[in-house]
Amino acid sequence: MKAACVIRNGCVTQLAAVPSLTIEDFREFVAEGVRGGSSIAAMFGTREPEGSAILFAVLAEDSSGLLSLASARTGDSYPAVTPDCEQAHMFEREIAEQLGVTPSGHPWLKPVRYPLFRADGSAPAGRNPCGVADFFSMEGDEIHEVAVGPVHAGIIEPGHFRFQCHGERVLHLEISLGYQHRGMERAVVAGPDKRTAHYIETIAGDTTIGHTLAYSLLVEGLSGSAAPARAQVIRGLALELERMANHVGDLGALAGDIGYLPTMSYCGRIRGDLLNATADLCGNRFGRGLVRPGGVGYDVTDGIAERVSDRVRGALRDAKSAVSLLWNTPSVLARFEGTGTVATETARRIGLVGVAARASGLDADVRRDHPYGVYRFAHIPVAAAASGDVFARAWVRWQEVERSAAFVLEQLDAMPRGEEKTAGGRPAADSMGVSLVEGWRGRICHVAVTDGAGRLACYKMVDPSFLNWFGLACAMRGQEISDFPLCNKSFNLSYCGHDL
Amino acid sequence: MMNSVLRTRISQGHRTMRYPAGPLPDLPERFAGRPRIDAGKCRSDCSKCVAACPAEAISRGASGNGPELDTGRCIFCGSCLKACEYGAMEFGRSHQLASAKRDDLVVTAADSNVPSAFKENVRRLFGRSLKLRQVSAGGCNACEADTNVLNTLAWDLGRFGIQFVASPRHADGLLITGPVSVNMELALRKTYEAVAEPKIVIAVGACAISGGIFRTHAETRGGADSVVPVDLYVPGCPPHPLTILDGLLRLLGRLSDTGV
Repeated sequence: MKAACVIRNGCVTQLAAVPSLTIEDFREFVAEGVRGGSSIAAMFGTREPEGSAILFAVLAEDSSGLLSLASARTGDSYPAVTPDCEQAHMFEREIAEQLGVTPSGHPWLKPVRYPLFRADGSAPAGRNPCGVADFFSMEGDEIHEVAVGPVHAGIIEPGHFRFQCHGERVLHLEISLGYQHRGMERAVVAGPDKRTAHYIETIAGDTTIGHTLAYSLLVEGLSGSAAPARAQVIRGLALELERMANHVGDLGALAGDIGYLPTMSYCGRIRGDLLNATADLCGNRFGRGLVRPGGVGYDVTDGIAERVSDRVRGALRDAKSAVSLLWNTPSVLARFEGTGTVATETARRIGLVGVAARASGLDADVRRDHPYGVYRFAHIPVAAAASGDVFARAWVRWQEVERSAAFVLEQLDAMPRGEEKTAGGRPAADSMGVSLVEGWRGRICHVAVTDGAGRLACYKMVDPSFLNWFGLACAMRGQEISDFPLCNKSFNLSYCGHDL
Repeated sequence: MMNSVLRTRISQGHRTMRYPAGPLPDLPERFAGRPRIDAGKCRSDCSKCVAACPAEAISRGASGNGPELDTGRCIFCGSCLKACEYGAMEFGRSHQLASAKRDDLVVTAADSNVPSAFKENVRRLFGRSLKLRQVSAGGCNACEADTNVLNTLAWDLGRFGIQFVASPRHADGLLITGPVSVNMELALRKTYEAVAEPKIVIAVGACAISGGIFRTHAETRGGADSVVPVDLYVPGCPPHPLTILDGLLRLLGRLSDTGV
């Protein structure tokens, strides 16, 4: 088997340097790599003009910080990797849907997003309306099925959940998404242009900084430029503020889902304060316009640095008192502990990332394992828990809030001087690049392939939700159906980030 | 344990803002509010703002009075400001952007006043109690998040008699976010039909008003009013919570419609 092409986070290679393997070797590259401790950061394909397809895989090895790339040419069908490597299952469903290539032997080859178009722009024949497909079902005298969504009870995005229950007990949950599909990956092809960064900002609006950072690192890699030190620090501030705001909001929402109102009430307000800190940086509470290829759109004046610092200090103080109520209230712990457990081995096999992975005992954080930008110089200790339950996912969030706050305050105190942006160049032609960012939900992976003119021929966006939704399904096994809102909130995954 | 709950309650303090009886909540220094266009500075032979806009929100007006900016498409990114060499465009500090009429969202050099959001029939029906069902139809979760913020104790939407409810059967209307993805169209229509008459619809954010940057995508329907009739449009990407609240209150006649 030819050796894979190996790069680091944010780096780029000539497309020709990515080895083209036989499909057998490609399957082994993925399955062996994952058995050896790597995980699939991205796996996708492109259609060739003459009708064949090229599959690409990006494996991330956390222990070495290396990314391995390989490709393989296939016809309309190939033997699926999933039976030998569970975490490939969503990627292969996506390949089937986007390319019309069948990974034969895939155990559950259903649509992912019910798109109108394939990756090559053609319209698939006989497309079903969103959500119309066979669901896994069980039979038995006392087995019943519960269908929820796409419209849910709260102010929340749409998705469909299908439970197979025995009494109150959930035997199986199948999650069917696609309702938020806006044609995102198709829209950025032939860019970058004036609209590309704005598309990236709305992949998942609550992860504006995370996704624009992944995009910017990638464009900088492709054009051989780098953001100045000051911009890298500002990006780090914004990414950690985004993490803190969302984690604090989630801790409050977890309290709300078990009817513990004090923490819910306080955290909702504190989250707003943290969003306002992002708005201090750029005028927008979600960080629109802040991170751009080449640097940042707004510099941080001394006055703004002081204001953000004050806000973070205040928010941390208030969050500490609000959140410590959770850890000191037996009725809260009784609901959090042992609910929605994902075992370490399950988490590893299905390729969980981010908060959910760390809560299940996996030691992974892109900021440490594949460092980029400011994280090459300033390190944030990786949060950890082992029990894999709602408590662990809450506890990891709280550790990360405290550590992000410490990071933000430290960085604000010692901002490097200099420019906040540089003029970027044109992306290189016929190249492939990968960027990873630890967003607040987990690992974000963007992959770009450019054409002969340096335009985006293919752009993959892998939100952490794409991998983690299946984790929620696993967490619900054997759980009471009334625990679903709590389990769901403990993952708090993105619908639009999945649906694109 | 009860002591720590009470101690925390005291330390957290009273945080509900006094607005609208008291002052406006602080807006960030770099906040981009209702745009203003200075026809005197604009050159008729220049269309740089039109070319720079990623949302196709700016056009050369027919009036010859400089460009027109459709805040129903605008994502408030400021590309036009950077493109304009003459300083003819700026974003003001005003958060008051909501309008009852789609056409009134277009800001021109001659008219950048607060558009009217008031509807007498809505005030009569729902002025003291409005129950809304929120539907995200291709939204990115930013509009959803900043709508949800109104439920926090800082904003305390309930004090105005406005409440988000769990079922369309309990609701007086819908608050829609997102450009209406094709994959959500049926669910949105069914949710609308499930709300009893008389009912209203509020479109929040550039996507829900016009489709935003997804306007021309075959995967979207280009905004809420291509599927259901809309009573209130709230521009922004996403709108600030204050912009949403202001729109709701002016629609219901609970706040002066002429601007502050």
